[in-house]
Amino acid sequence: MKMPLSGMTRLAWRNLWRNYRRTLIMLLAIALGVWAMIFMTALMRGMVDDMVSQGVAALPGHVQVHAASYRDDPSITHSMPAPGQRLLEALESELVSAWATRIKVPAMISSEYENRGVLLLGVEPGDEIALGFDPDDIVEGRFLDSSEDSGIVIGEKLAQRLETRLGKRVAVMSQDPDNNIADRGFRVTGIFHAELENTEESVVYAGRDVVQAMLGVGSDISEVAVLGHDYREPGPLTEHIRAAVPDDFEVLPWPELDPYLGSMLKVMDGFVLVWMVVVFLALSFGLVNTLMMAVFERIREIGLMRALGMRPAVIVYQILMESLMLLALGLLAGNVLAVGTIVPLKDGIDVSVVAKGMEMMGASSVLFPVLSPADLVMANSVVIVLGIVTSLLPAWRAAQYQPVEALGRI
Amino acid sequence: MSAIICTDLCKYYQQGDSVIKGLDHVNLEIAAGSFICLSGPSGSGKTTLLNAIGGLDRLDSGQISINGERVDLLGKAALADLRLHSIGFVFQAYNLIPVLSARENVEFVMQVQGVSATKRRQRSMKILQEVGLEGMEDRRPAQLSGGQQQRVAVARAIVSQPKLVLADEPTANLDSKSMEKLMTHFRELNQVHQVTFMIATHDQRVMNWAERRIYMVDGQVTRDEMQDP
Repeated sequence: MKMPLSGMTRLAWRNLWRNYRRTLIMLLAIALGVWAMIFMTALMRGMVDDMVSQGVAALPGHVQVHAASYRDDPSITHSMPAPGQRLLEALESELVSAWATRIKVPAMISSEYENRGVLLLGVEPGDEIALGFDPDDIVEGRFLDSSEDSGIVIGEKLAQRLETRLGKRVAVMSQDPDNNIADRGFRVTGIFHAELENTEESVVYAGRDVVQAMLGVGSDISEVAVLGHDYREPGPLTEHIRAAVPDDFEVLPWPELDPYLGSMLKVMDGFVLVWMVVVFLALSFGLVNTLMMAVFERIREIGLMRALGMRPAVIVYQILMESLMLLALGLLAGNVLAVGTIVPLKDGIDVSVVAKGMEMMGASSVLFPVLSPADLVMANSVVIVLGIVTSLLPAWRAAQYQPVEALGRI
Repeated sequence: MSAIICTDLCKYYQQGDSVIKGLDHVNLEIAAGSFICLSGPSGSGKTTLLNAIGGLDRLDSGQISINGERVDLLGKAALADLRLHSIGFVFQAYNLIPVLSARENVEFVMQVQGVSATKRRQRSMKILQEVGLEGMEDRRPAQLSGGQQQRVAVARAIVSQPKLVLADEPTANLDSKSMEKLMTHFRELNQVHQVTFMIATHDQRVMNWAERRIYMVDGQVTRDEMQDP
């Protein structure tokens, strides 16, 4: 192909504006399609990020260390010793932003009216806050003072279920390592609110030392929860911690601790691609129609170019060039529109009218759109690649005309 | 040596139940550097013959050789290359590209040939001056009269000095003065650069310039005679 790019570009650009109304309508369609791809993807990405963040906060941590059999039977019989020197050194690494040791056992909590099965967490309050518990979530009373605090903090929903309130006493019952009943009375010192109602109803916090004493496990713990810096990349942190504990300990990243959450990210990536392709398919009808019309209107001219010595392949390039310009302009407008509408929403969109549905999915009632560079690249790539593929049909048709047949058309 | 050899060319068109004979067993030998006029009534096969020689149309049967190369056997890309480098076309309808200016239309073939921008500009400006379109280089076809468009089409056909020029009614929209000027230019190219010209025309004045006249009727060559131009 000897025809210089500048010549083809000039010809393509002028051809594009021969019917400027049609071109503008097509540009509008592409821009809106691209905007829809990017905007909806940002919303979906925001929702999934929120679901994962909520999930990771509930675990909590990006990586957890347990006794090998703990996950099969998360009772106190599968506890582990407090972190030794090697693990403590590993937890001081730059890869770790916070960590906490916890007792985590199933228990029964009873008020004078009702009882419920809950997850009893024995925690060090300072470490727990560093790990993600927000003291502002305490709506009544206070959070625990220390690991020796004898109070208990329960969720709003659980308080309603138990028909109890701040200052009242509740009894907590679980099993010790010898499978004997271990129980203790606690005074409700705080009531917390959580984004997820299930968390409010099923999790209670007590001082770690108090729970250890109740269960008679000395300084043993159920888990070490470790928070890294990026939940999307828990691999290096997992390996780092794994290297510091004996082989009979289980060190797992959050996608393995909660496979549902882990798979959400993969499903999301697949869904985004499907969504983009579906939007593009709707667009492609307009694109093919526009290019077909542009070709049919110029059959005679295309015949002339063939007659003057333009090879069929160059005709294909010429039509593809027009398509590429149309797509590039549409993409530019669509990207500007998308960024222009997503950035002002960075403080979140209130979706409390569908809060129940969002909660069922494990997401909160404020949606924060996430504009990911990877999603921008994918949306633009999908449009360019599929746009070119779609344009091949009109381009190929244009190159197939016999010059004399095309020149005879009016 | 013959530049073009046409052997038993046949091209038929189906029109309803009847068959139109575009070319009916045409045999011709055309020497390099000839200056030939094709004449005959409308539908006699002049344009069909030019299209067949230029590789714009496929034959039903027969052979065409240009400088020893079988045109009827070439593929699409090879035909395009032949037309690009060896043949200049002047079409009955001017057939200019509407989004390009007069100069850009003239430069188009050279652009496809890969001629540098500077050379293209020099040659196109010179040829447009020669065909009397100086000052109109930047006008688009819609801003030119029929005669002016015809001159742009002629300029485009000869600007890269092809070996063969196939012209279909090149003077149809020209006044006598412009016609004389154009034919003088054609003749000069023919005599100085040995460019072969085949011109289909109804115009007796144009026929007088030819050194060989070929008459066609119903797709057949009925008369083929030499004359002093």
